[in-house]
Parts: sequence; C-alpha cells; structure tokens
Amino acid sequence: MARFLLRRFAYLLVLVVVATSVAYVLAATQLNPRSRYEGRNPPPPPAVVDAALDAINMNNKTPLGTRFGRWVGGVARGDFGRTIDNTPVNDEFGRRVLVSLRLMLIGTVFGTLLGVAAGAYGAVRQYRWSDRVLTLFSFVTLSIPVVVMAVLFKNAGIELNNLLGFAGDTKLLYTTGEMTPGLDSWSWEGIVNRLSHLVLPSLVLAVSAIAFYGRYQRNAMLDVLGSDFLRTARAKGLPRTRALIKHGLRTALIPMATFFAYQFALLFVGATFTEKIFGWHGMGEYFVDSVTKNDVNSVAAVTLFVAILVLIAGFLSDIAYALLDPRVRV
Amino acid sequence: MSTAVPTVSRASLVARQFLRKRLALGGVAFLLALFALAYLSPLLTKWQYDQLDTTAFLTPPSVGHWFGTTQNGFDVFALTMRGMQKSLVIGLLGALISTGLAAVVGAFAGYFGGRLNTLLVGLIDLLLVLPGFLIISILSPAFHGRTWLIFVLLLAAFQWMITARIVRGMTLSLKEREFVHAARFMGVPGSRIIFRHILPNVASLLIIDATVNVSSLILAEVGLSFFGFGVQPPDVSLGTLIGDYSGSSLSYPWQFYFPAGFLIALVLAINVIGDGLRDAFDPNAGGSVS
Repeated sequence: MARFLLRRFAYLLVLVVVATSVAYVLAATQLNPRSRYEGRNPPPPPAVVDAALDAINMNNKTPLGTRFGRWVGGVARGDFGRTIDNTPVNDEFGRRVLVSLRLMLIGTVFGTLLGVAAGAYGAVRQYRWSDRVLTLFSFVTLSIPVVVMAVLFKNAGIELNNLLGFAGDTKLLYTTGEMTPGLDSWSWEGIVNRLSHLVLPSLVLAVSAIAFYGRYQRNAMLDVLGSDFLRTARAKGLPRTRALIKHGLRTALIPMATFFAYQFALLFVGATFTEKIFGWHGMGEYFVDSVTKNDVNSVAAVTLFVAILVLIAGFLSDIAYALLDPRVRV
Repeated sequence: MSTAVPTVSRASLVARQFLRKRLALGGVAFLLALFALAYLSPLLTKWQYDQLDTTAFLTPPSVGHWFGTTQNGFDVFALTMRGMQKSLVIGLLGALISTGLAAVVGAFAGYFGGRLNTLLVGLIDLLLVLPGFLIISILSPAFHGRTWLIFVLLLAAFQWMITARIVRGMTLSLKEREFVHAARFMGVPGSRIIFRHILPNVASLLIIDATVNVSSLILAEVGLSFFGFGVQPPDVSLGTLIGDYSGSSLSYPWQFYFPAGFLIALVLAINVIGDGLRDAFDPNAGGSVS
C-alpha cells in the first residue's frame, strides 16, 4: 500500500508542477501589468514604468524564461513574489488562506458526509417517498448555479433577520464578511459572531455538495444492491443494516473516491462565488481581483494553492481507495 | 418453427422508450417553448435589449415593461430573452464542439494506438489537471473585444476530456469486434472505420453526453460571466445579467429573479431531457426522477 501511495503522490506532484507552470506562463503572457501605467495622466516616463515593473518581476520586456526562472526560484524558497501593488504576495496569501479553507472545509465535510448518507439511504429506500424527495431535491439543486444559490441564501438570511426583528448591528445570521470588525476574535462573543457569519456561506457550499454526492452515491449504491455478494452476506445471517453498511456502502464508496478528487477544484470555484457574494476576503476573491488587476504573481500563487488542494484531495481519495478496496494494497 | 420476428431498429426502440417518459417529453416541450420565446421575443414587445426607455427607470413589472426596467431604463424582459438566446447558443454550440472533440480524439486514440494514443492521452491528462475556470479567467483578456466564439471554444476545450477517455475505452474493445475486423480486412481505411463503424456504436453515450454538456456549459458561462470573464458588454447573457443585478436583488428583485428564474428553468429542462435519454438508452438504469 505504501508503494501505491508513494507512486500516486509522485504523480500528483508532477501534475501540480505542470498546472502551476502553465498557469504562470499563461498569466505572464495574457495579462498586461503595463496597462496599469498606460492610463495615467500625465503618462509616467517609460524608464520609470520599466523600473516599477522590474521591481515586481512583471516587465514584459524581460524574456518570459527569465521571469519564469526568477519566479520559480522565489517559490522554491517559499517566496511567491510581489503583488502588482508591490507588497509581498505571501502576506496577502497568509491573510486569506484560512478564510477560504474554513469555508471550504466545513462545506466539504458536511457536504460529503450528508451527501453520501442521503444517497445511500435513498438507494435503499428506492422509489419510496423519502427517496423521491431526496432525488427531486438533488435534481433541482444541481440545476441551480452556485451564484444564484448564494444570492438566494443571502436574501433569505436578510429577510429572516428582518422578520425576527434583528434590525440593528446584531443579527441572527450575518450576510457580509466573516466577522463583525472590532470584536476580539478569541472571546466567547467573537467566536459566536464568527459562527453566525459562517452559517449561510457554508450552507451554500454544503447544499450543492450534498446534491452532487447524493446523486452519485445513490447510483453507485443501486448498482451494488443487486449484487451476489450482498445476498451472500444476508444469507450467512448478517443483519440487514450491517450487511448494507459493511458490504454495500463500503463497495459503493469506491467510485465516489475518484469523484471527490475531481470535485475539489470545482469546490474552489463555488467558494469563489460564495466569497464574492458574502463579502469574504478569501482566496477566490483574491484570484478574481488579481486577474482584473493584471497581477501575474498573485494569479500564479492562487493557482498553486488550488493545485495543492487538488493534490491533497486526490491523495486523500487514493488513501480512501486503498482502504476500501483490498485489491489495491497488494 | 420460425415465426417472423418484426425487426425493430435500435433507434426506434430508444425513441419508443423515450416517448414513454412523460417528464422528459415535458422537458422537450418546455425547452422548445423557451427557444421560441427567446427568438420570437423581439416581435412580442416594442422594446429591444439595447433600447433605453428614458421615461421608465427602475420601474417594477408593468404592462409596458413585463419584467420591469433597470436603472438605465433597459427593458428586463428584452434583456432576459437576449441573454437566454446567448446562453442557448453557447450551450448548444459548446456541447456540439466538446462532444465532437471527445468522440474524435477518443476514437482515434483508441483505434490507432501507438504514438498517437500516447500523445492524445497525455493531452487529456494535462487538460484534466488544469483548473478550467482559472485558466479561462486568465485567458479572458485575450478575447476581450473579440468575438464571443473564442469564449465558446475555450469553454468547450475544458469540457471534453472525461468523455474522450470513456470513448477511448469503448473503442479499444470495439476494435476487436468482428465487424470492425471485417471492414479492416476489406481494406477500409482507419478513419473511415472510425466514422462508419466505431462512432455509431458509441452514439448513445455521445447523445447523452452532449445533452449533459449543454447544461454544464450554460452554468459555466454564467459563472465566468458573473465575474466579467465571459461574455463582454455590450453583449448580454444570463450570466452577465445575474452578475450585474445580483447586488440589487433585494431592493429591485425583478432585475435579478427573472433572469435567474429563466436560467434555472432552462437548465432544469435540459437535465430532465438528459435523464430521460439515459433511461431510454439503458433499460436497466433506474431513472432518478421518473
């Protein structure tokens, strides 16, 4: 099993390097940091612009190879370079990374667990009303883009606050930002405040993940339910629930492990919408703003972040795969 | 004892199965209605999507403006219909390109094998690794001010890989079947075999895939346009409308909820059709909503 995992890890690492390099090269060639200075009045002298761009390693007069080499050298030392405003990318990164991870982690954990549970339950109760409600839910949810869902949840939250009479600064569910500014973040009050900021955005991510995983888990489980080994398990006297969980669910989880890895990059996209709409200053917002600002180094840094997340998700799903399917371990 | 069995072609069998699904048929009818509405809408009202009504700013739905107006005096109905036209075209065109690409790449890689296979599989793996949303965003300055067709091509370019993998796998096994052998020994060239014998045998997969792709491409367009990385003004799509008016959705709901509602209805209809097709092609599959 160790050899299998080691091989997978090496493969995933190569993919991270490739994805990030391609993203850097595309960003460096397609984005135009120079445009930031072109619109100024009076126009700054070319030498000044070049010096400013050289300082942040974004001068398009420097050969691409040199710029890329310099960037890679920095990344190898843990330095992601300077933003277009000539501040360290690392600072920005550090400020934002936990904001996004918190959102994504909660969304994923709730989404996968509840989704798998709902899908498996639906398959066992096929065509009963509970199954129909669950499939209808996931079918409709999968047709609603995350952007629209985030707006709907936000508006519902605001309406709910108004309805319950939270008109002042204190709200039941907050819809902007990740914390009310000025609160001590580690006091009891601060933690409660954070949590009530967290509810709606994580709900958006969790609901779409539940719909997604639920739908696929139901199909995977249905395939397993008719199998011979499940009948054998029942025939040798295992109680129904134990047979379903130990032999049914375990087998049906194997294809889901692969989905999990693929789905993770999409989760980041979902988090981007959620951050933008709920006013969280996370990595998704950082990416969108950086593309708009032609900030090459920040764009590359966020892509690396996403690639590493996908690597972790891919590796976790490989571990799950190896644990669930004994054939991989030999 | 030989009773003549009436021969039923697979196509008509599938068609018969599909016609039995009332929900999927409803989806088809609804989609056609949306199509007609989107393209006939300029005849229905006197307001066009790029026309300002300087006497009505931010008015709620009324007889003159069915879906109300925006802050600048644009007619929301005309905007929504125009947006839906764009979304439909992007979805259909993109699905056609991506499914076509998946079919050709998958079949050629599987049939010819060798170096071509290595090359194409490498390409598939590379594109699968690249996060499509991020890459298209980065490339968006390249198609600013140019035709939106480049945007459709990019959307399709990040959509086809998984299907191509499946097609390749199916081609590998079809390649060893007698009818393919027979064609090959008769001297039919490989590319002809692919189009005449291999692809028709994976048609069911391709049809389902194309349908599913329409809705995922429409959703991808909405996501990218929301951030301004997709369809560019003065063009409108459902994505740009949702992006522009999501902020004021609480105070002036008509600007946001009409485009969003039509988007959801559109995607839902396509998904229902895709589901019905999947059931019709595969009699063993349990329909998810039936």
